[in-house]
Amino acid sequence: MGGIIKENCPKLSLNLFSPEDIQRLHEATLDVIETVGIRFPSLRAQEIWASHGAQVDAKTGIVKVPAHLIESALKKAPPAYNLGARDEKQDLPLDGKHVWVATDGCGVEIIDLYTNERRRSKLQDVEEIARVADALPEVGFHWVALSAQDKPAHTRGLHEIAAVWRNSTKHVQTESIYNVAEAKAAVEMATAVAGSKEALRKRPVLSLMQCTAPPLGHDGGSLDAALIGAEAGLPVGFMTMAACLTTGPATLAGNLVVGNAEVIAGTALIQLAYPGASVFYAAAQTASDLRNGAYTGGGPEDFLFGAANSILADFYNIPISMGSFATGAKEPNWQAGVENSLSTFMASIAVSDMLLGVGFLHGSRIWSFEQMLMDCEIYEIVRRTLAGIEVNDETLALDAIKAVGPGGNFLTQKHTRAHMREIFIPDYLDRRPYNIWEEKKDGPRDWARAKARKLVETHQPDPLDLAIVREFERIIAAEEA
Amino acid sequence: MSKELFDAMRQCIIDGDPDLAAELAQKAIDQGIDPVDALNEGFVPGVNFVGEQFGLGEMFLPELVVAGEAMKTAVAVLEPEFTKRGTERQILGKVVIGTIEGDIHEIGKTLVATMLSASGFQVYDLGVDVPIMTFVEKAREVNADIIGISALLTTTMVRQKDVIEALQDNNMATKVMVGGAPVTQGWAKEIGAHGYSEDAVGAVAVAKNLMSAG
Repeated sequence: MGGIIKENCPKLSLNLFSPEDIQRLHEATLDVIETVGIRFPSLRAQEIWASHGAQVDAKTGIVKVPAHLIESALKKAPPAYNLGARDEKQDLPLDGKHVWVATDGCGVEIIDLYTNERRRSKLQDVEEIARVADALPEVGFHWVALSAQDKPAHTRGLHEIAAVWRNSTKHVQTESIYNVAEAKAAVEMATAVAGSKEALRKRPVLSLMQCTAPPLGHDGGSLDAALIGAEAGLPVGFMTMAACLTTGPATLAGNLVVGNAEVIAGTALIQLAYPGASVFYAAAQTASDLRNGAYTGGGPEDFLFGAANSILADFYNIPISMGSFATGAKEPNWQAGVENSLSTFMASIAVSDMLLGVGFLHGSRIWSFEQMLMDCEIYEIVRRTLAGIEVNDETLALDAIKAVGPGGNFLTQKHTRAHMREIFIPDYLDRRPYNIWEEKKDGPRDWARAKARKLVETHQPDPLDLAIVREFERIIAAEEA
Repeated sequence: MSKELFDAMRQCIIDGDPDLAAELAQKAIDQGIDPVDALNEGFVPGVNFVGEQFGLGEMFLPELVVAGEAMKTAVAVLEPEFTKRGTERQILGKVVIGTIEGDIHEIGKTLVATMLSASGFQVYDLGVDVPIMTFVEKAREVNADIIGISALLTTTMVRQKDVIEALQDNNMATKVMVGGAPVTQGWAKEIGAHGYSEDAVGAVAVAKNLMSAG
């Protein structure tokens, strides 16, 4: 059985931008799209743009779109919808009130759970991560965590989503389907899981996330794949990772304009092709490291982007899939704790509908089960913090206070027993007496590793109907033929 | 006279001013200054200064890149003068570089190309989405010492191996460097690449090592 996913509805709020700030970001974005243009290296995308009156340069693939066309297209996007899951009880409303976290993706290496050695990722890892995520009540849905590098490149993305569905009843969002053939096959597989094309439209068990190619570009295969997904009713989103200094300006506002231009132009394209299609904003913006240009995976700029992108998505009234966690740390340590806590806090307080995600080290490259479980604890701490403080007759506890009076204690009060389980009990914070710790000098990483091993070895997800498994095999075999 | 010019050359590299670099290079030619001196006493000390400051953490990647761009412009202006005088610019080696077929991710590759060229390599940048045989043919054409292959996707990364195999099939001993987010030291080793670096600054050291390893 999959775990019951924890509800997460942040009550606290943030005051990052004034309405004038947002308007300026929006207008600057429209100016860029209209006068500089966005590269759409897909014939199909270019045809759609041309037929709606955008200016298409066939040679460069750069499309310049009048502001009114972008704005009217975006208005067709639904503001809220549900992500479907194999288990209907685990469908996730993207309604602007909830935050859900996924496993992060898509990495290439893993710290082996048993040998503790770093090694290349394979399909079995995708299966085991999905199984552990299925069991965890913090995890709401899946990204494909690791690349199944033991499978052929052209069907790898299909093996990966099949592996997740076989091992979990939660929603799957893939970031690893980026060509027409794979997208068609993925839609077929999702249809098999949902039961029919109509059922898939109603409760999409798969969503597609496509990366943009910053600055101001898209990948042709990704655009074509997104269009195929949207046609079948799968929610699709474009993720910008435009980074200050390298693929974006050094200033945060400028980098937001670049990323926003990529995302809303891609989103508008989907709406022109399939008006009313479920779409989402997606972003993991950062500032490149000043010394080596590297993706940082944390820092104050990332934390601000985490909230800012979400506020932009709200402005366009569409859900967002937001990069948080993804520490640059090489092992689960101080850096990982600081970066993942703050990025998740900022993305959550801005009510990012989807957070990505738990489990990675070294900027989303190396999977660590230890980090995954500790990230879940970070998520839980943030979730509880943002729930705020409820003030009413019961929580003011006047009866209990009057009963105890000065100098007593509250341990024996009925009110205490009624509410004590609302208090957070950490799994991975060490609150033991010093001498107990001294005996083994163990800690959160050890406990997380033990828990992950236990889940890998014992958790039995609801099995996927054998007929669907056979259908997956048929679809993948056809692609491999 | 030339000391002032050399100082200005050094400074224009530090300031990362390609237009001024071109202007000063032309001025040197007009004054009959040997292009070898213009490079070694004018522009190169600027590159070295930026490199040192970068190492000390006083200057940063964007400054390194614009210094590289200014250097490239200066060299381009001086190049015909070398030919005219029948001398050759001293280069550390020839590098053919590109992002592999099916992959359009450019920035990492371009950064490495700029760093290599600023460090004294002759760089032939083939751009993105480069077919396997284009790497091989260009390397043969220019008699390259090193081929640099970038990939950002695990699905395109596998083609780095195809380039190495194609070189073997053609009996070419060109060294191969690989890079890109999904690429690891382990992958580089497995496919028989000679060099790997996670970032552009490290890539220069790797290329220099490959040259001295012969």
